[in-house]
Amino acid sequence: MRSRRSTTLTIGMLALLVYFLFPLFWLVVASTKSTADLFSTFGLWFAGDFSLIGNIRATFTHNGGEYARWMANTLVYAVISAAGATSLATLAGYGFAHYAFRGRGPLLGLILGTVMVPTTALAIPTYLVFSEAGLVNTPWAVILPSLVSPFGLFLMWIYARDAVPGDLLEAARIDGAGELAIFFRVVLRSLVPGSVTVLLFTLVATWNNYFLPLIMLNDPRYYPITVGLSSWSAQAVGGTGANAELLAAVVTGSLLSIVPLIAAFLLLQRYWQSGLSTGAVKE
Amino acid sequence: MSSKPANHAYLFVAPFLLCFALLFLLPLGYAAYLSLFKDQLVGGTVFVGLDNYGRALQDGRLLGGVGRVALFFLVQVPIMLLVALAVALAVDSGLLRLARLVRLGTFLPYAVPSVVATLMCGYLYGPDFGPLAQLGDRLGFDPPDLLGDGWLLVSLGNIVTWEFAGYNMIILYSALRTVPAERYEAAAIDGAGPWRVAWHIKIPALRPALLLALIFSVIGSFQLFAEPNLLQRLAPTVIDSAYTPNLYAYHLAFTSQQVNYAAAVSFLLGLVILVVSYVVLFLTSRRR
Repeated sequence: MRSRRSTTLTIGMLALLVYFLFPLFWLVVASTKSTADLFSTFGLWFAGDFSLIGNIRATFTHNGGEYARWMANTLVYAVISAAGATSLATLAGYGFAHYAFRGRGPLLGLILGTVMVPTTALAIPTYLVFSEAGLVNTPWAVILPSLVSPFGLFLMWIYARDAVPGDLLEAARIDGAGELAIFFRVVLRSLVPGSVTVLLFTLVATWNNYFLPLIMLNDPRYYPITVGLSSWSAQAVGGTGANAELLAAVVTGSLLSIVPLIAAFLLLQRYWQSGLSTGAVKE
Repeated sequence: MSSKPANHAYLFVAPFLLCFALLFLLPLGYAAYLSLFKDQLVGGTVFVGLDNYGRALQDGRLLGGVGRVALFFLVQVPIMLLVALAVALAVDSGLLRLARLVRLGTFLPYAVPSVVATLMCGYLYGPDFGPLAQLGDRLGFDPPDLLGDGWLLVSLGNIVTWEFAGYNMIILYSALRTVPAERYEAAAIDGAGPWRVAWHIKIPALRPALLLALIFSVIGSFQLFAEPNLLQRLAPTVIDSAYTPNLYAYHLAFTSQQVNYAAAVSFLLGLVILVVSYVVLFLTSRRR
């Protein structure tokens, strides 16, 4: 049965694939063009002049090199947030899965109930608290709210429940190992696949976040790439006037900004393909 | 002996719980508190009870936005999930050539930030150098105004479908990988072809994963922000400051400085999402 291939199905799926890759193809083509060529040449094929190198230079030098700063900010915000959120979720997921303690059920219920609270409905309340605390317009305003991932906890709780056998813990305790030693020497290794999945998804969530940094940050020095590109594109609307050349930089900057995440996804395929189902299969 | 490990439990759960309390519960509580007040030109901030909520429930602009995202949800989400389901089943069927390429290519847009996706699509839809407009220009037909009043919601739906169909496909596909092989063997003995296997074994096995995807889509649709916020510049006459509820809350809090009312609107929006999610859960579990 596995050897019979369907040509019709393959053609249908390749058509869908064209739909998904088409905008990215356009982006690659467009980033090789000067602003003038964007307007004067057909969008789906390369122009005579190859301006990619010039565009990259323009992207990185515009307005004192703020693009490079935004990329660095994004990297810092995303890595700290994702590492923090993953650590918290991994520890707590294991704690909820393998210890009976007072209030476990209600606490777990409370946290899992908030999985459905939309992050943007929480963003304005968080802004209000942070402006009282003087945290607005600092990097912390973007990092701190990203540390709590109820969905990450949900995934890790299920993962720890299934991947860590209770017998193993009992055996280690009988051997006289302390609880922390058990966690770091015995448990952590088997939690890694789940943790990497949570890491990847919190990484993407912070990398792509727009609403939270938009409301929290006023100072362009702290912008992540999403807010930065958006502010450039606002100046470049129409591609005319003083900022005409900026349009090519917006297009090229967009392309450069997605390269790191696409690379991460290609490298870590194993994890997002297996780990993502954890939440969906159980229950 | 049994109480000793339990004491250590707090070591593991306390950091999360602390952050959860400070960064989740505290903001919600503070916003709930603020939503009970009103900032007046004369008399300063006064307690008004649930007045802000009463005002919100009669606010035509807010209700219009909620209606719009509800319509968006009802049309866009089924299309997106059907595409995701079709790709997941095709990739899993073993009937597909280049299955790996299809799986990767479909998922790739998920790695593109919604800001970049929207900028890209905005340029693609646009009249200046969008390929469709260029083709129309060259071949002498009038291209539809994709950023005009009639098309904008469709264009928006296309952006969101492009961004998230692959993500949902992966949820469904990885759930399919866990279906026990014995079920397929039994079907093969019965002589069931791939279509019957898909219909009678795979789709029923996908119920929990489909439900999860559906719930995420409820949340995604009702809190739509980045896409309309960025398209606003290209279509300022179509997308007003209350096009989606989230756009409206943003406008209230940061442009018109009505923080108390914005807090109430945020709350109501969260409530709407919870209610819709539970309705979806209820409807799908009852049918079983």
